[in-house]
Amino acid sequence: MADPRALYQEVILDHNKQPRNYGTLECPSHHAAGHNPLCGDHIDVELAMGKAPGYDLAGESIDGIAFQGEACAICKSSASMMTVAVKGKTRSEAEVLISEFLDMATGKIDLADAHHIGRLRVFSGIRDLPVRVKCAILPWHTLYAALNAIEDASTEAEHDPMHTSIGDA
Amino acid sequence: MTTIQTARKAPTAASAANTAAGLDVERIRADFPILKLQINGKPLVYLDNAASSQMPQKVIDRLVRYQSTQHANINRAVHTLSELATNEFEAARRTLQHFIHAREEREVIFTSGTTDAINLVMHGYGRKFIGPGDEIILTTLEHHSNIVPWQMLAEEKGATIRVVPVNDAGELLIDDYEKLFNGRTKFVGVTHVSNALGTINPVKQMIAFAHARGVPVLVDGAQATPHMQVDVQDLDCDFYAFSGHKLCGPTGIGILFGKAALLESMQPFKGGGDMILSVTFEKTTYNTIPHKFEAGTPPIAAAIGLGAAVDYLSAIGMDAIAAHELALLDYATEQMVSLPGVRIIGTASRKAAVLSFAVDGVHPHDIGTLLNLEGVAVRTGHHCAQPVMQRFKVPATARASFAFYNSMDEVDALIAAIRTVQKVFS
Repeated sequence: MADPRALYQEVILDHNKQPRNYGTLECPSHHAAGHNPLCGDHIDVELAMGKAPGYDLAGESIDGIAFQGEACAICKSSASMMTVAVKGKTRSEAEVLISEFLDMATGKIDLADAHHIGRLRVFSGIRDLPVRVKCAILPWHTLYAALNAIEDASTEAEHDPMHTSIGDA
Repeated sequence: MTTIQTARKAPTAASAANTAAGLDVERIRADFPILKLQINGKPLVYLDNAASSQMPQKVIDRLVRYQSTQHANINRAVHTLSELATNEFEAARRTLQHFIHAREEREVIFTSGTTDAINLVMHGYGRKFIGPGDEIILTTLEHHSNIVPWQMLAEEKGATIRVVPVNDAGELLIDDYEKLFNGRTKFVGVTHVSNALGTINPVKQMIAFAHARGVPVLVDGAQATPHMQVDVQDLDCDFYAFSGHKLCGPTGIGILFGKAALLESMQPFKGGGDMILSVTFEKTTYNTIPHKFEAGTPPIAAAIGLGAAVDYLSAIGMDAIAAHELALLDYATEQMVSLPGVRIIGTASRKAAVLSFAVDGVHPHDIGTLLNLEGVAVRTGHHCAQPVMQRFKVPATARASFAFYNSMDEVDALIAAIRTVQKVFS
């Protein structure tokens, strides 16, 4: 097990202190509210989706993204780095990243097999803190819910839009 | 009280307070095998006692002895082991009776815990005696377990819940409490000690006021019984609920004290074996109290273990425990107040050894994770008391809760760990 202290490294603390894309959009096309009832964290994600030619839903691009909410450093920095990572990406690219992040955080894949994760690898140590996995994945659940027009996302039970199993947690 | 002042002034607070309060903490700690653990390479500093306390070797041994030499089902067979188990189970009931100074042993009902005990009163008393338009008074400081059952009842019966507010220190506003009473008031539920803030509520005074208006009172004693002498006759409460696992006993066992006349007037909560005298498909006759409320095979070992836990606590003395914990609370409060950027939530003048706190710029869950890396176990979250969190406008707090086996050195370890958190987030 890696030293869990490594999780609170500079990049995470920096995104916690100065979250990127924090706030609201003027004309959001998609929105979802994410909530972790166990710890009270909540995150709102807004998207401005740009239409792709024809009816190519997968080709829609995330032209704008913003989040706000009340959450711990792990959740807030995960949200902040998520917005940076998916801004300008297509819907299908974002969905690949979402599933890769969730797989990495829950320990389903090794870091070596996460090919799109980039700077988000700083969250790989979260798998060693099972009770905090939900903090890291809440923003990603919420993004998934926003993309799929699900108003309320949660890390729990029937409100978990992705039915994420967090392994041994 | 001079002992406490010694603890405040003396530079070697630890040793001074321990001796002054009459507790040899090092010797007591040796009774608890779990306290020898290392967590993340650091000695365990267990400050989550309000969630669950640890178990001394004597209680562990008692559980082993019961399972190895005394176990059978109770109240049933004529064989030796069944009689032995029944006797030990009933002896535990008497131990608990004396622990809370109940008048009669039949007033002591074994439940699975405080939540179960409160649900028993809701079903047994509430569903029989509370009807449409009736009012139930609860307080802002209640744990969810003393809110949700009453909400379920209110919804079912068309009754209303009225809530006693608190001031900024986390103390109940007693004038407001008294103003909530009217002709429709049928029940009061109040916690003896707030689990989230540590406030000790003036329950005796509140009970007297309710009784003058013919209203029965349930006291949630889950957080009080580990920290102080409880005398249900002196309080004159109608119901008193508490849990074993916060009293150095096993999980899955708790107590409901109820006045005999009230318990007799109530309907059963769960149906099954043991709670009946005779059963035909035409008519069932219920057993007498306490058995009427103890359907099915109870957690026999846990009940006997709780008896042993209470014997252990009584041998140390609840007054000595209270004095030591007060010294811990005073010292920890003083240390925490001196930390810039740290705010204590809950500053009532009468408190049990619970310190809820917030650190500027750091979410409670990050505090919890980082303290754990230093071996310090605290609770973080809403403490199953969301109305308290809403009242103080915080999503969650970190909570250090002390037991008699905690030392002044552990307070120092907590404070040092909080400084480390602040350093990480600076």
